Parts: sequence; structure tokens; C-alpha cells
Amino acid sequence: MQNIFKQEWFSRLIDVMLPVFATLAALGVGAVMLLLLKVNPFVAYGAMFEGAFGSGNSIAETLVKATPLLLVGLGICISFRGSVINIGGEGQMIIGALLATQMGLMFTDLPGWFVIVLALLMGFVGGALWGGIAGYLKAYFGVNEILTTVMMNAIAVQLMNFLLRGPMIDPSQAQLASKIPQTARLLDAFRLPRWMPTRLHLGFLIAVVLAFLVYILLWRTTLGYRIRAVGKNPDASRYAGINVKRQIVLALLLSGAFAGLAGAIQVYGVNYRMITDGSASGFTGSAGFNGIVAALFGQLHPLGTIPASILFGALLVGANKMQRVVQVPSALVIALNGLVVVFVVSSDYWRRKRQRRRLAQARIEEDDEPDEEPGAASPAQTEVVA
Amino acid sequence: MDLIIILQAGVATGTVLLFATIGEIFSERSGVMNLGVEGMMLLGAMSAFSVAVSTGNPWLGLLVAMLAAGLLSQIHAFITITLQADQVVSGLALTFLGTGISLVLGEGLSKAGAISLLPNFSIPLLTKIPLIGPIFFTDQSIMVYVGYLFVPLTWYFINRTRPGMHLRAVGEHPAAADSLGISVYGTRYFYVFVGGALAGLAGAVISLAVSPGWFSELTTAGQGWIAVGLVIFAQWDPVRAMFGSYAFGALRRLILDIQGPAMILGFNNPFYYNPYWGFFLQMLPYAFTIFVLVIGSREAVRKRLGAPAALGQPYIRGERGL
Repeated sequence: MQNIFKQEWFSRLIDVMLPVFATLAALGVGAVMLLLLKVNPFVAYGAMFEGAFGSGNSIAETLVKATPLLLVGLGICISFRGSVINIGGEGQMIIGALLATQMGLMFTDLPGWFVIVLALLMGFVGGALWGGIAGYLKAYFGVNEILTTVMMNAIAVQLMNFLLRGPMIDPSQAQLASKIPQTARLLDAFRLPRWMPTRLHLGFLIAVVLAFLVYILLWRTTLGYRIRAVGKNPDASRYAGINVKRQIVLALLLSGAFAGLAGAIQVYGVNYRMITDGSASGFTGSAGFNGIVAALFGQLHPLGTIPASILFGALLVGANKMQRVVQVPSALVIALNGLVVVFVVSSDYWRRKRQRRRLAQARIEEDDEPDEEPGAASPAQTEVVA
Repeated sequence: MDLIIILQAGVATGTVLLFATIGEIFSERSGVMNLGVEGMMLLGAMSAFSVAVSTGNPWLGLLVAMLAAGLLSQIHAFITITLQADQVVSGLALTFLGTGISLVLGEGLSKAGAISLLPNFSIPLLTKIPLIGPIFFTDQSIMVYVGYLFVPLTWYFINRTRPGMHLRAVGEHPAAADSLGISVYGTRYFYVFVGGALAGLAGAVISLAVSPGWFSELTTAGQGWIAVGLVIFAQWDPVRAMFGSYAFGALRRLILDIQGPAMILGFNNPFYYNPYWGFFLQMLPYAFTIFVLVIGSREAVRKRLGAPAALGQPYIRGERGL
């Protein structure tokens, strides 16, 4: 009789379930924090769930929040698979949104669908440019992309603050003494279609479709293959004739492009204008960072990122409700996100350990009996490498 | 706009970066990159301020800040050293975690009234030295003076003492260090803690001395990330870290002050007449960090210097490593 813990299907199941365990563990630690704040965690989490999934409208809000997370997360899947770390989602979203907004402000006499398509494209381009700079510096100057992307975030914020107070300011605000730093409102014709009466917009659907396209890009095209090859082993890729530097730039370019698109969709689907409170998160809602969390949670798989971003969208929407009900600052979600990543990245340990065990087992089988059934390890063999 | 005052304040502001950068140097020299500096600094700033508010003792705040950030860093240590997970991802998680905890626990702290801060004083005699006296030795926080002593001590410790040699060995060639009986895991845990504690100290220096108070994320405003960048510029050397930190401190201060006067050196000040141009000034520290990184990275390639060889790599005993 085989021990169920040693069977292949069981370990596969555990692999799939690891993020779920990680979330539960994070919520557990979060509960301890809530207790320390003298709040009943069941009431707090209940409010959270209620806020995120309690009604049709709250589900729609969850999906609205999930949209930028998913788009940023798709970009993260591409770059992290290429071993390029893009932490510049915030800045890339901002630049994409600025360019896209400018399209809507400039071409007011063109047909709506045309401006929307143009704007989303420009969002894509803006984010790509902003990410591409970091990619270029990494590929050709060996500059650490983590740091450049973080610095580019801060630069993008100040650029936004400047543009929304200066050249791009709403003409009606420009005359007032207390100028609100915002652009004019986009024309009604330029809005992404909504599923009335909720705020759920076409952007979510676009993001889901793109998730499938990114899946195809990464696993069914040469470009995706090259990016992943460079990510796995740059030296081997170079010997195989892949232009490693170009793949690095491309990975950051594409990664930034998706974040830029997220910014554009945020403007054309939700806000209909850009407004700044001086910080990046005032516009992005920290989607540039939370998208990383969602992608990691989705195992850096574009399709896995879909449910992951819905989960984190739910956390964000739910946290607002929680703040109202039990007066816990919604910043708790930032800590919860951190905890989820802590547990997801830790759970990798068991995956790797099993992988090593499988390898060792294969080696033993090669040596002894070549035709032994895979997956049927004797307890003694597992002990050796465990 | 007085240049002496800008430089004097720049040294004080730079002291924050100095402690954070040297902390990260310790951690990276042992082979562990910790990107959570921003989170640890925030936690340090918040806990220092809140302890100082509730007990009235800033020194206790400083101590608690170091302990809190040091403990936070041990999560990273456990994940990356014992569980051998990816240091970048874990460091990011630490940033989120530290930021989140600080914002939740710091809620309402910004309304706290005046508290007793770490003392400022001048060094007798030394203040009389022209130029250097007023910039470095007049009316500075005690932590600034600690910083002056800290740099040479750190340099000496890393380069000239036995434990410092062990630290470098663990970061350069953990397998060799292990074979000599140095505990690789123990050393790494310890220096990740040191790095965390110094990041916490840096945070405390902000909230208790340099710009007192708690302003949520704006308390650190990305200085933790700049510190991580400075480590590369400094080529993992505390003395270069000092120059980088003070230069950045002065730059930050200059940006604040340059927007004030209507005339500079007899010219109309463009930043005075076009206040929105100030946003370009505020980009400078970050643009400058990128610039400094390009310089640092090129220099590393040219001189074949650079990161500790085992930086970012988990050590697994018995596995073929470097």
C-alpha cells in the first residue's frame, strides 16, 4: 500500500494548492495583528468578504480593481520569466496614462472608438518607453534594473505633478485661485463601454483576453521562448545564438507596455481624467506594486494571474469596507500583501525540495532498474535525499 | 540661500542614508541582498517616534527602532538563508510588510505634539576650523557625530579584523568559509540583523533628529531605495558610502532651498518665478541615483571589482556552488 503523501497526483495537488495555503497563512498572521489592534478578526474579515463579494455591485468593484492588477501582472509574468525584475509598474502606468489622456484631450473631433484605440495604444507605447529605458541601461551598462525602475517611478510622479499643474491642466481650473491639479474631463464618447449600472468596464475583458495572448506569447512563440531561455540560463542562451541583451530590453519593454496599458485603461474606463494628489498611489492605487504580488501569486503564469488579481482586487475593495466597519486602517492590506508574498516565496522551498528528490530518484532508477515505474519511490530512497 | 547652511543640513540628512547604506553593505557583504530597506526604515522611524511619544525618552525609541527593524529583517533571513528562496522577491515582500505595519500602527501618530528629540550640540574647538567647523561640527545631532566615528570603525572592522574577514569570506566563497569552520548560516543571519538594525536606526534618525515627526510613507520618501543604490555606487565600501550619502543629503537640501529666493548670484531664480518647475528639481535625487548607478556599474566592470561573489545565492551545504 502506497503512502498517499508520496504519490505523484498528491504532490501535484499540493503544488496547485500552495498559494491557497499561503493566503490562509497570511490571513492567519493578519488575524494576530488584528487581535493586537483589539479588533475581532472574524468581524474584520467578514466585513472584508462582504465588501468584496457581498453584492453584484461589489463583485463588479472587485473586478474593476482587479483589472490594473491583472495587466501589470501580465507584464510581470513576462519580465520575471526573463529574470528581469520590473518594479517600475507605478511609473509605467503613469506615463502610459499621461500619453493616453493627451490623445483624448487633443483629438476631440475624431470618432470615439478611434480615439480609444489610439489612446490605449499610446498607453502601451508610453509604458514601453518608460520600462525600456531601464531595460536599455541594464542590457548595455549593466545597471541593476530593480533600482532604475524604482527611481523611474519617482521621476514619473514628478513629471505627472508638473504636467497636471502646468501644460495639461484643466483650462477651467487654470483660472481659479485654488487650482486642482487635474486635466479636463474626457468626452463621453471616449469612455470604455460599461456594464450598467455597475462601474465594470470593457477593460477587464481586454485584460483577460490579453492574459491568453501572453500565454501564447510566452509558450508558443520564438520571442517568448527566447525570453524564457535567457531567464533560465543567459550563458547557455548566448552560446545558442540568442541576443541576450536584446531579450532583456524586450522583456522590460513589454513588461512596461502592459503597465502603461493598465494606466490608460484606468483613465478611459474608470476616472475619465487624470488627477494627482502628489503621490503615485493617488493615481495607481499601488497597482504597479500589487500587480507584482498578483503575478507571483499566480506562479508567474498569465492564466494563474487572472484569479490571483481578482483575489487581490477583492482584498483592496474589502479593506475599504473593513476600514469603515472596524476602523482598521486599510493600509493593513499592504501588510497582508507582504505576508502573502512571504508565504508564497517560502512555499517554494517544498516545491524545490521535492524536485530535488525527484531528480535524485531518477538518478537512482537509472543506476539500478531502468524500467522501474516512475513515482513509486520506496520510503528508503526518499529518506536518503530528504 | 547660504551654501554653508545647505552643506551643514546636507550632512545631517546624509547621515540617514549613511546608516542605511552601511547596514545594507554589511548584509550584502555576507551574501544576502535585502531590498526591504525602505520597509525597515519606515518601521524604525515609526517605532522610534511612537516610543518617544509615549515614554518621552528618545534613546529608548532609538533602541526599539533598531530591535523592531532587526526583527523584521530576520523574516528575510529565514526565507532566504534557511528556506533558500529568492532574495529579490523576499526583499520586496519585506518592503510591503514593513510599510503596511508602519502605516497601520502609525495611524494617528502624525498628530502627536512636540516630543523630546535626540540632542544637538557643537564640538568646542573644532567649530573654529574655517569651512569644516561650521559644516561638520556646529549644532549637529549627536547621531551625525556617531556617523563620523562609525565609518572608520566599519572600514576597520570589515577589512582588518578577524570577524570582518569571516564576513567577507562568507560573502565571497561560502563553501570555503564553511570548510574552515565558519558558520555560514549563522554569519548571514547575524549580518542581516545588523543591516536591519542599522536601517531601523536610520529611520529613527529621521523621525527623532533630522526631520522630526511621522508623515506616513513620506517620512522616508524612497530613501531606503536610494540607500540600496548607493551600495552599488559605494562598491560595498563604507568610506565611499559616506561620500555618496553626504552628497545625496546635500542635494536633497539644495533642492528644498533653491526654490526660496527670488535672486541667485545676481540672476532671476527661474524656480522662484515658475513654481511648477520645482517638480523637475524633485526628480533630481532619483535621476542622480540612476546616473550614479551607471557610473558605479561601469567602474565595476572596468576594475573587475564588484559585488561579493556569492551575493544573491543561497548556500546549500554539500551542493556544488561557485
